[in-house]
Amino acid sequence: MDFLLLKFILNRLWQAVVVLVGVTLIVFVMVNVAPGDPVAVMMEKKADAATIERIRQQMGLNDPLYVQYWTFLKNSFSGDFGNSYFQKLPVRALLARGFAVTGSIAVGVLLFSIAVGILMGILAAVFRGRSADRLIMLVSTLGMALPSFWLAIILQLVFGLWLKVLPISGLKSFKAYILPSVALGMIYAASLARLTRTNMLDALNQDYVRTARSKGAGETAVVVVHAFRNAAIPILTYLGTLMKSILGGSVLVETVFAINGLGRLLVDGIMKRDIPVIQGCTIYIAAVFVLMNLVIDLVYGLIDPRIRAAKES
Amino acid sequence: MGNTEIENAKIEKRLPASENPVKFTSFYHDAVRRLRRDKIATVCFVFIVFMALTALFAPLIAPYDQSYQDIEAVMSRPTPKHWLGTDEFGRDILSRIVYGARVSLAVGIVAEAIAITIGVVLGALAGFYGGKTDAVISRVIEMFAAFPQILFAIVIMFVFGTGVINVFFAIGFVGWTSVARVIRAQVIQLKENEYVEAARASGGSNLAIVARHLIPNCLSTIIVIATMEIPADIMYEASLSFLGLGVQPPQSSWGEMISVARRHLRSNPGYSIYPGIALVLTVLAFNLLGDALRDALDPKLKNL
Repeated sequence: MDFLLLKFILNRLWQAVVVLVGVTLIVFVMVNVAPGDPVAVMMEKKADAATIERIRQQMGLNDPLYVQYWTFLKNSFSGDFGNSYFQKLPVRALLARGFAVTGSIAVGVLLFSIAVGILMGILAAVFRGRSADRLIMLVSTLGMALPSFWLAIILQLVFGLWLKVLPISGLKSFKAYILPSVALGMIYAASLARLTRTNMLDALNQDYVRTARSKGAGETAVVVVHAFRNAAIPILTYLGTLMKSILGGSVLVETVFAINGLGRLLVDGIMKRDIPVIQGCTIYIAAVFVLMNLVIDLVYGLIDPRIRAAKES
Repeated sequence: MGNTEIENAKIEKRLPASENPVKFTSFYHDAVRRLRRDKIATVCFVFIVFMALTALFAPLIAPYDQSYQDIEAVMSRPTPKHWLGTDEFGRDILSRIVYGARVSLAVGIVAEAIAITIGVVLGALAGFYGGKTDAVISRVIEMFAAFPQILFAIVIMFVFGTGVINVFFAIGFVGWTSVARVIRAQVIQLKENEYVEAARASGGSNLAIVARHLIPNCLSTIIVIATMEIPADIMYEASLSFLGLGVQPPQSSWGEMISVARRHLRSNPGYSIYPGIALVLTVLAFNLLGDALRDALDPKLKNL
């Protein structure tokens, strides 16, 4: 392995660690700025002042802030966020449960938006300027303006209450995944369609496409093998951001479809001021995103030396 | 500014487009002219002005006050008295949508102003000084960008409490990182220009160069980003209020209306549908205007 590559990897790892520490600092500061005494919240106003004081002492809440932060940082990196005030369960267990649910929705959303978005984008590029292209662009423009929670309600109304073909809450069957995936995935499918179209138009104008055609390659082969493979790189880069948005946006469809995922866990934690849950959710979600970006960057760095150079400068 | 525009219009009338003497037009006049020719952009602009006037003069336009309760018509379907029906307290839905426009547009403007201020200052500093300053600011940007935006806004609402002013700050705080990234990249490019060297040679301080030369040269980018981010901000406000963490009743906001209406989906579906249509149309108008502005002012941002 050459020295530059090693330097790039170490540099990128170091950046990720710095960002993760920063993330814990942001969460720690925010939770400490928030009004209200966590112990009083935890005891639900049933305890007297002396008991509250004793518990504060036990939890280390009377220690200087930097000591508290150091403990918090160590615990965060080992994945220990303490117990939920109300569910009397380790936050780690709640996170694992929530992530399994949100993860399954995210897979549905990704499948829907990638399949529909990329297919529509390719079709629009191939039929550029014709009515198919115009229709796809019109629908995607509209799709980008649809708030997921409102679309979710409209879908519930049409497919759940009027046509009665799809369940409107929970995740009990495969069919139950359809509405949440479409509601949250619509906006991403729309933006993927536009992104794919732009990059496909670019790729279809390249010399290698002309060469492939002149060699006698069929139109499908030209579009899929030659043009799309080259248009795919910017689309892949977009997927990292997409995953982050899906993790965040999931809270809205989870609310509409009464699904207990990570987003619901966070919002319920906030409503009840359940601080360990809030800390756990935010740090966990941010860490997933930072690590995902790290992997994407490392893979690109390994594949493409140009990206390595660009990241360093 | 007005005079030159009129002159340009006269010239335009006299000469076909191909012979239009470009030397008479400044960059921004040119952009405005291109925008006026764009029919979609014009329609969107007119719609946004219409919404802004609606928001501004809500008390004059709305048939009823946002909290007036018609106890004889609770949860009514659309009638001549209540064009879009009423809600669970007998409040007029149309009036509440009109008042809700105030929150949405105010969030778009104020939150984006906060995001732009933080983003431009930090982005320009990082781009201009480079080195350690850049490394520190870039890491801070990454830290804040590591949270999904809506979740970050939710946590900020937890810290500051609900209410419309806090919504402004939460959304502004969430949006600055993307502004900072774009401005940083642009300043890195711009600072190589000769006018920066000239300003330095004539004794301009670093601060003066950033404030008088670099930031003004980013203006078209800033306008484009602002127009493209405003609809996102409007969506975030609606989402926060939908989750019960944003604007609180009795003040009306489209997100808050949809959230309550959801419980009455069977008995009064229109109650969920109408505020959503207002939201979609507003977001759509800003999105399309943003696209047109980008094409007119800064085609380099095409892949943003």
